[in-house]
Amino acid sequence: MFEMDYGFSESQIEIRDMVREFAQERVKPVRAELDENEEFPREILTELGKMDLMGLYIPEEYGGFGCESSLDFILAIEELSRVCIGVSVSYAANALGADPIIIGASDEQKKKYLPSLASGEKLAAFALTEPNAGSDAGGIATTARKVGDKYILNGTKQWITNGGEADVYTVLAVTNKAKGPRGVSCFIVEKDTPGFHFGKKEKKLGIRASATRELIFEDCEVPAENLIGREGIGFMLAMKTFDVSRPGIAAQGVGLAQGALDEAVQYARTRVQFGKPIAANQGLRWMLADMAVKVETARAMVYATARHADKHMKNMSKFSAMCKLYATDVSMSVTTDAVQVLGGYGFMREYPVEKMMRDAKILQIYEGTNQIQREVISHALVKEYASL
Amino acid sequence: MHIVVCIKQVPDTSDVKINPETNTLIREGVVSIINPFDENAVEAALVLKEKLGAKVTVMTMGPPQAESALRETIALGVDDVVLLSDRAFAGSDTWATSYALGKGIAHLEERPDLILFGKQAIDGDTAQVGPGVAEFLNLPIITYVRKVEVEGQLAKVERVFEDGYERMEAELPLVLTVLKEMNVPRMASLRGRMKAKKAEIKKWTAAEIGADPENTGLAGSPTKVVKIFSPPKKVGGIKIEGTAALDAARTVVGKLKEQKVI
Repeated sequence: MFEMDYGFSESQIEIRDMVREFAQERVKPVRAELDENEEFPREILTELGKMDLMGLYIPEEYGGFGCESSLDFILAIEELSRVCIGVSVSYAANALGADPIIIGASDEQKKKYLPSLASGEKLAAFALTEPNAGSDAGGIATTARKVGDKYILNGTKQWITNGGEADVYTVLAVTNKAKGPRGVSCFIVEKDTPGFHFGKKEKKLGIRASATRELIFEDCEVPAENLIGREGIGFMLAMKTFDVSRPGIAAQGVGLAQGALDEAVQYARTRVQFGKPIAANQGLRWMLADMAVKVETARAMVYATARHADKHMKNMSKFSAMCKLYATDVSMSVTTDAVQVLGGYGFMREYPVEKMMRDAKILQIYEGTNQIQREVISHALVKEYASL
Repeated sequence: MHIVVCIKQVPDTSDVKINPETNTLIREGVVSIINPFDENAVEAALVLKEKLGAKVTVMTMGPPQAESALRETIALGVDDVVLLSDRAFAGSDTWATSYALGKGIAHLEERPDLILFGKQAIDGDTAQVGPGVAEFLNLPIITYVRKVEVEGQLAKVERVFEDGYERMEAELPLVLTVLKEMNVPRMASLRGRMKAKKAEIKKWTAAEIGADPENTGLAGSPTKVVKIFSPPKKVGGIKIEGTAALDAARTVVGKLKEQKVI
């Protein structure tokens, strides 16, 4: 298969090839089973840790690989996603949990938490969403009250990826209600902290290998030294985290769409109807062409955004939102078309595309719905033009 | 402890094609891999290294491109690699290969305590080189091993047969050939892969290891391959249909008599 030359570095080629091989050998044979049994891919993550891939984005001084470009991590996510995004979200959610620490924590906090996340020995999760604070992240109701040298957390987080499986949680809670979004702070909460419980594991349409649970805080005492940065910067940390994580979700979209395209083309070549392969029909073949064009444009956009992020961390919300929106819409459309190409077989669980289509839907929803992405993009546009 | 693992680079047989005219393997465009059983041997060595703290050396005999197989093992975490490469080795059969590897191992600075092989190579399928090397080095060998533990100078192994297994103990130094069920080979880490790209590969010639030219390569190989061919495909056979069982049996017996089979 010919692949576009995107001018990858040596380490990027290594990462792409090793994750591609790993996904084929270790993930593909078990993905249907993980999906069917809604089983968390613990062994796969442990192995990814041993391969240095859990710590790709963690600086070397804290035990990570310290990759030079955010594109390195993007490639790892894309290749895993080509085989299973239930697995790749469990992998990528660690970065989401670790990012607030990498972005805003003290050297001491980083030394304490990052090395075991880099090795894969421990997993991380990020906890923002609540029953009444989804897209409206400002509506957080979980509170953190300072008493002496502790904060006491109360409230419920919802739909937390890696919830119950992770050891380290970065949790957003209100420390000063009067200040609105500027009254939100970010805390590191360890799994076995008294007063910290997990709700039921959610049953989902897709990404069933991933674990999604409620986090319940009942007078949960967290040492004051677990506050990241200072009070009031939680919301800002969350937004910065999303800036860097959204291209990762876009990479999931690209990988998933590529996986669906792979299946569709292979099937169309070999499925014979009316005495010829169905790929001999122009109508169907053009569908494949459109799918391929969508995948490649989304890929180019994600890579470009990752490279932009390397240089312009402060000015990337708009581009981050654009690539998340585009690549995940592409993913939904390409996986849906792949099911169509496979026809009745596509609808059956023996073939992987029905899972891909079920999985794709969440990409348009989590990490900011695609409507929210349009909000981010359009607000940025109006603001930029106003200052011309 | 010093563990030596001998590996072979082989064509990926999931992808093998035979030239119908010459009846030889078409090597162009075929991907080379480490013989899968040898990967189990490397993994076994690395597991022992992690448990007991050993040095692991991987050795192969082959053309210059066999270097890539050695690099793969560096990525997995072995300490040292040696490539025995010389025109003089070309055309070696299992005897000459065993001789050369034996010489290579004897040439290592540090004597090995354990020498591991995969049970056989997937291209030749002879399973002769492991035992051959043990003979040349005058060491005991246990073949078809699925489990090994080392306590001090004692190795405890399980050797598998078709209908069961034996528990055996043997003193080091010792040669083992290992089975697939021994372990699941790990995948290389990113750091390992980056290191492997830059690693220097030690290359030894026949002269360097003191191999006698009369015993190496084609000249030193007692095996002469007369012909390699794909067995002819079985043709369909004859179906006897639509008759009563007794009639059908009579027809079959008649045919067999005709062919002088019975």
